[in-house]
Formats: sequence, structure tokens, C-alpha cells
Amino acid sequence: MSTSDSHYGRLLAKAWRTQALIKKECRQILRDPSTIIVGMVLPVVLILLFGYGLSLDVKNIPIAVVLEDTSPDAAELASTFQLSPYFHARLMTSMAQAKDLMLSHDVDGIIRIRPDFSREMKSGNALVQIIAHGGDANRARIIQGYAEGTVGQWTARRVAEGQDVSSGPVFVQNRLWFNEANESSYFLVPGLVVLVMTVLGSLLTALVVAREWEHGTFEALFVTPVRAGEILVAKVIPYLGLGIFGLVLCMLAAKFLFAVPFRGSLWVLSLGSLLYLLVALGLGMLISSTVKAQFVAGLITVVAAFLPALMLSGFIFDLTSLPVAIQALTYIFPARYYVALLQTVLLAGDVWAIILPNLAMLAGFASLLFLMTRAGFKKQLD
Amino acid sequence: MLASFFRIVALVRKELLAMLKDPRARAVLFVPPALQCLVFGYVVNYDLNRVSYAAFDRDRSAASYEFLASLDGSGVFQRVANLNRPADVNTMIDERRALLVVQIDQDFERRLLAGKSADVQVIADGRNSNTAGTALNYVGTVVDTFNAAWWTAHGGGGPPIRVSTRVWYNSNLETRRSILPSLVGTLTLAEVLLMTAMSLAREKEEGTFDQLLVTPFRPAEIMAGKALPSLLVGLSQSTVILLVAQLWFRVPFAGSFVTLYVSLILFLLAASGIGLLLSSLVATMQQALLISFLVAMPFTLLSGLFTSLSSMPEALQYFSLINPLRYMIDISRRVYLEGVGLDRLAFDLWPLAVTAVLSLSIGGWVFRRQLG
Repeated sequence: MSTSDSHYGRLLAKAWRTQALIKKECRQILRDPSTIIVGMVLPVVLILLFGYGLSLDVKNIPIAVVLEDTSPDAAELASTFQLSPYFHARLMTSMAQAKDLMLSHDVDGIIRIRPDFSREMKSGNALVQIIAHGGDANRARIIQGYAEGTVGQWTARRVAEGQDVSSGPVFVQNRLWFNEANESSYFLVPGLVVLVMTVLGSLLTALVVAREWEHGTFEALFVTPVRAGEILVAKVIPYLGLGIFGLVLCMLAAKFLFAVPFRGSLWVLSLGSLLYLLVALGLGMLISSTVKAQFVAGLITVVAAFLPALMLSGFIFDLTSLPVAIQALTYIFPARYYVALLQTVLLAGDVWAIILPNLAMLAGFASLLFLMTRAGFKKQLD
Repeated sequence: MLASFFRIVALVRKELLAMLKDPRARAVLFVPPALQCLVFGYVVNYDLNRVSYAAFDRDRSAASYEFLASLDGSGVFQRVANLNRPADVNTMIDERRALLVVQIDQDFERRLLAGKSADVQVIADGRNSNTAGTALNYVGTVVDTFNAAWWTAHGGGGPPIRVSTRVWYNSNLETRRSILPSLVGTLTLAEVLLMTAMSLAREKEEGTFDQLLVTPFRPAEIMAGKALPSLLVGLSQSTVILLVAQLWFRVPFAGSFVTLYVSLILFLLAASGIGLLLSSLVATMQQALLISFLVAMPFTLLSGLFTSLSSMPEALQYFSLINPLRYMIDISRRVYLEGVGLDRLAFDLWPLAVTAVLSLSIGGWVFRRQLG
């Protein structure tokens, strides 16, 4: 009877101590409002940047259309470029002028319609030249693709009008599942959520905890009766709250600002996000309690948490095309699992074959990181 | 004048010592840029060299085999499954076992032989629409080749218009050749902002700022002593990045290093000026770190590094006019790929010069007021 009583008493004392510590942490956050400001401003800035600044959709690419042929056919093709929403076309007749514009970066591409265009069209040999500036390889590829598409569109219209032009034997019908309208915000939003979670979770905690080490207030905590685990819980909970706030903000923006479909279930989304937030917090705690200096902790967090979330998570760059060594590297950064989960839950639905393994990986990472941090704290105590 | 010079040198020396005395800080300043340069060089790539696809061939004819073989033979497409039931299409895409499903209808060969055009349906996983779009473009290229071969073998009109495409300055469209030059500015910007903002914040937090005030240094000298060290560290960081680009990736370099370094110095002056401005807003190192991160992020994302400036909304395009990184990325791409000299870079250089002069003088004015 007395043993169960003392066990109950110990538990009560533990809860009381933790509660007091959480109160202390919250007060500390409230005292320096810069943390809160960053915690709230950062998601908003990122949402606006990603939603409006980072569009990968193509429109108004400045190009020069060089009309060396004066026939109506050529003029019609040129006007197709002028009417296209993808291009902002400037009409001219001299190639030299177009070259100058390209060199001064006033246009990113040149469409050249050769002098004998109309005549050669009858023999099926008319030539349209597309020249792109390779300074930005991705953009050059986009210009190529859209310019070829515009020529193809014009040809198709001629066919439909019953003109004597043959179309290709095999005709491709493309369908983009989960993103029929090819909206780039559909795949940018999952990336946005990952970045916000990473910055709020890892960077903010790493800085705060490293500062405590720098100022020696952590050592002061260790001489009180509180345990390592309790300190850990008390540190994590306020930032978990801040992270959940950021998550809700991102989700509201995704739904109402960017109209991203939510095709999976909300609880899977919440569980996965909570797990990733814990992973990010754990990473921040581990880094800061290892290096114990703000400047170093900040830079390491950027390299170990932020950049992998941006580059190695598969949200912009395709992971299967990476060299094998770097592909292997992506598996040790948790962001990859969260991106896969988010993309599926938001755009495809509850596909368990994808959701379960990724949830398991995130849970594994979270427990591993917290055990490591706790072990690190314990060592400091001895 | 000379005395002032020596005082500045002494301050710069002190700053560099404070910055570099911690071996971890030394490592953190130079290892990450090199590492990031390596990772970016390999990862930032919109090309796909492996596209997994599943074939749903309902025709099972010679023509459809030929068509699928031309996909397989392209070196990019890898067939991961042959499907038999329409329901399998969903599973393949949903569970991410294939990026594309290529579906060929029953009358494929019949229509082709009759001289009519036959449809091939391609279903792509749009969860990453960028990757999917690229993969669909590749399918288009393979189909064009197949069509041309079919015309040669079976006769026919041939396409009415031939399109020939060329890319200037980067004829093989290597993403690496446009990304690596951009990193020279991108990777140093955040660090220079951070270092400048941190060095003043550190003095404020540790109370040594007041000590600095009772020394014979003039405000302008203190400022120069804060801006120059980050400029020097920034220059060494860009050199590390350049070395990785030149020695490891061997990116062709068409221009001159003098042009690049002159522009870099101007860029770094502008960056450390902005860092000084930020440092006057903060009281602690933590604030300095967070605010430089908050400023560096929009500068990086809206610089034209990943996405082009002209497809941004107009308001953000105006914002990007004050972004020094935007000009630096343009300069380094031009120097690397086009090999232009300083004369052709004037329209990139003067905004940098204006930013540098403005931010340094406003920073100096704020600084003097805080001192007084």
C-alpha cells in the first residue's frame, strides 16, 4: 500500500515539476517576443512567397518572332505566338535585331520563320527555328516545349480547318492525374508545409536551446531536482504549440488561398504532421545540445535540416534521377518521408501502401532523436 | 588618414580573430558552402534519367510492340510492369510504382495501317507536376521519332512543318551549367548577412559594444571594421565554391575571373551593407540569426535561381529590383556562359553599386545615431 502511494506521489511530483517548467518556458518565450514574431511571421512570409513568387507555371516569356517570310501563312503562325498566353512576342523582320535583344536579355528566345516557309509547307518541308537562351537550362527547356507546342497547335488548327496537311500517325493524349490543371501550387504547397515545419521546429529550438547553453542557464537547471526527461518535455511543448499554429496556418492557406484538394483523411494528415514536427524539434534539440553555441547551431541546422528539406525531399527535384550515392543520402533525412506522405494525402487520397511505411519511418525518427537527446542530457548531468 | 587606416586594420584583425578562433566556427564557415555546392551540383537537375512506366497494351500487335520498344530503347524509360486490367492502372499510379502508364487502344495497328492517326494515352502521376511534365515531354519526343520512322517505312506525307531547336550558350541544356555559377552569390549571401548582423549583435549582447564606444575609433571606422571582415570571409567562401565548380564539376568558364571578382566585391559590399542595416534592428544574437534568415530566404527564392523572374507577379518583380542576388546571379551566368566583360554588365553593376552605397550610408547614419 505504501509503495503504490509513493509511486503515485512520485508521479504527481513529476507532473507538477514538468508543469512548472512548461510555465517557465512559455514565460521566457513571451518575454522576448522576437521568437513569437518569427514563429508567426515566417509561415506567412513563406506562404506568400511560395504561393505567388515561386510559380513554375509559364506565362509571358519574352520572345522575338522573326518573320522572314511575308506570306499570310507565316503571319498567321506569328500571330499564334502573339496570342499565346505563354509568350510575350515581339514581331520583327531582321534576325540581327533579334540576336541583339537576346544578348541584352530582353528576350529569352527567338522563333525564326524562314523566307520560303509558305512555299515549303506544300511539300511538307517548311522550317521553323526555335532558339532558346541556355543561361537558365530549365527555362530553355520550357521555352522549347511551349514553342513546339504552339507550332503544333497551329498545325492542328489547319488540319481541323480542312487544309491539306497531314497529322502524325501516332497522337499522344496526355492526362495528369491528381493535378489535372497542371497547377504548380499543388506540388509547391506540400513543400511549403515541410519547410515551415522544419524552420519552426528545428531552427527555432536549436537557437533557443543553444542560447541557454551559452548563457549557462541549462547547467543551472541541472542542479535543481528536475530530471532530464522533464526538461526535454517542457522545452518541446511550447514549440510544439508554435509549430501546430504554423501548420494550421499553412493548411488554411492551402485550402482557401491555393485551393489544393484534400483527398485523404484529416487524421492521417494531422498524425503525420505531428510526427514530423516532433522529428524537427528533436533534431533541433539534438544539434543545439551537442554544439552549445548559437552561431554554429544555427548554421548546422540550416545544413542538416533546412537544405535537405528543400533539396533532398523530392518536392522540387526528382529523387529517382539522382546519382545513387545521393539517393542513398536522401533516406537518412526525414523530410523525404513527410513529403511523400503529404503529396499522397493531399492530392491522391488514403493510399495505405504509401502512408503506413512513411508514418512508421517518421515515428522511428522521432523516437530515435528524442532518445539520443535524452541520453545526451543525462550525460551532462553526470 | 594613415592612423585611421591602421585603426581599421586592427579592428578587422580583431573581428577576424573573434570570428575564426573557434575551430567549429571555422569549419562551419567553409565546409558547408563546399558541401552545398557539391549537393546542388548533383541534385538540382530537372532532367530525368529514369522514368518508370507501366504498359497497358490492349492491342498486342506488331505495331504496338514496336511503339513500346521505342520507349524502352530510349534509355530513359524503364518498363516496370505490363498491365492486363484497367484496375491495375490505378494501383500503379496510386502506389507510386510507376510515374507513367502508357495505354494503347485495341485498334492501334489497324488505324495506323489504314493511314489514320491512332491515339496513345499517357497517364502521369501529377503529385509532382514538374517531374510529370518533363516525363510527358520525353514521351512526345519518342513519339515524334516513332512517327518519323513510321513514315519512312510505310510512306505518308510527313509532318507539314519541321521544327529545329537550338539552345545558345548551353547547347546540351545541362542544368548544372546554369546552377553552379549562380551558387557563387547564392551561398555567400546568407552567410555575409548573418556574419555582419551577428558581429554587432554579439557585442551588444556581451556588453562589449559600450567598451568599443570609449575607444578612439570613429563610428565610420567601427563600421568599416565590421563590414570588411565579412566581405573577406565572403570572398573566400565564393572562392571555395568556384574551386568546387572548376575542379570537381569542370564547368566551362567563358569569361574572365577579374570581371567575376570585381562584380563579387560590389555584390558583397551591398550584402554587408544590408547586414549592417539589419544589425541596427536587433539586440541579441538570436534575433540577428532569425532576422537574417528571414531576409535571406525571400532574396534567395525570388532571385531567379529556381524559377524565372518574368513569371512572377508584377509586385514581386518590383521587389526583386532591390535584391542584390538577382543581379549577381545574372552576372555570374553571363560571365560563365557568355563570357561578357564589365562593359556589357553595366545594367547589373549599377544597381549593386547603388544598393551598396545606400545601405552602407544609411547603416552608418543609424549607427552614428545609436552611438550618440
